[in-house]
Amino acid sequence: MQSQKNKIQVSRRDILNYTSAGILAAAGISLFGSIVKADKKMTVHAVSKLAGGKEIMSGKITLELPQIAENGNTVPLSVEVDSPMTDADYVKSVHIFAEGNPEPSVASFHFTPASGVAKASVRMRLAKTQNVVAVAEMSNGSIFQATTEVKVTIGGCGG
Amino acid sequence: MAKVKARVKVPKKVAKGEIFEVKSLISHKMESGQRKHKKTGEKIPRQIINKFVCTYNGKAVFSSDWHGAVSANPYLSFHVKAVDSGSLDLAWTDDSGAVYKKTTKITVT
Repeated sequence: MQSQKNKIQVSRRDILNYTSAGILAAAGISLFGSIVKADKKMTVHAVSKLAGGKEIMSGKITLELPQIAENGNTVPLSVEVDSPMTDADYVKSVHIFAEGNPEPSVASFHFTPASGVAKASVRMRLAKTQNVVAVAEMSNGSIFQATTEVKVTIGGCGG
Repeated sequence: MAKVKARVKVPKKVAKGEIFEVKSLISHKMESGQRKHKKTGEKIPRQIINKFVCTYNGKAVFSSDWHGAVSANPYLSFHVKAVDSGSLDLAWTDDSGAVYKKTTKITVT
């Protein structure tokens, strides 16, 4: 009976050890997972860094992208932010991120009141089907975000 | 690298206060830094245009930062509000520090 009790104690310790090892292993897996899926997190991280703790609002941004991009090497993107573009109220910057690209940053546009409208177009590379995120920084510090999904037939980041 | 050629399109005449579109195209390989050499398997170093600035009569009106995901031969369009006749200077800077410039005349009526 005594020995059995010991046995139980030992096995309990074992269980504890195994559990902690299991937690470590799970942490390892999630760490690895975060490396593999870093892009989306990188985008989220970059956006929150831009926002600097401020609330990220939706609206104001019109993100024009094709629903299906046959060639991921040149995907036309057009972004417009609704703003009066006066000295008191204008769009400072618009940042474009591609969540599924090896490097999520695509481009940043910096506007001034002399731009007239906060609208710009560019052609970008998309590695695979993914969400494209536009983040607008207004002159009063508010942050807006818009997301559009693009289906990519042939990826555009080379082998 | 092959000679870089820049093209800019603006309206011939704009009315004062009108917002006009500037379309630009520059020939550049925009090597993303992600591609691998076919034979050696080594990564080809990044060589892209990373900065674009548009100056209107000496005043910077629009600028843009680019990363590896901007396509080869980058196209860019943006808008400028017409104030006075003068020059619109576009400048692209690439990773090697080279600056490619193109000046266009703006006629404001």
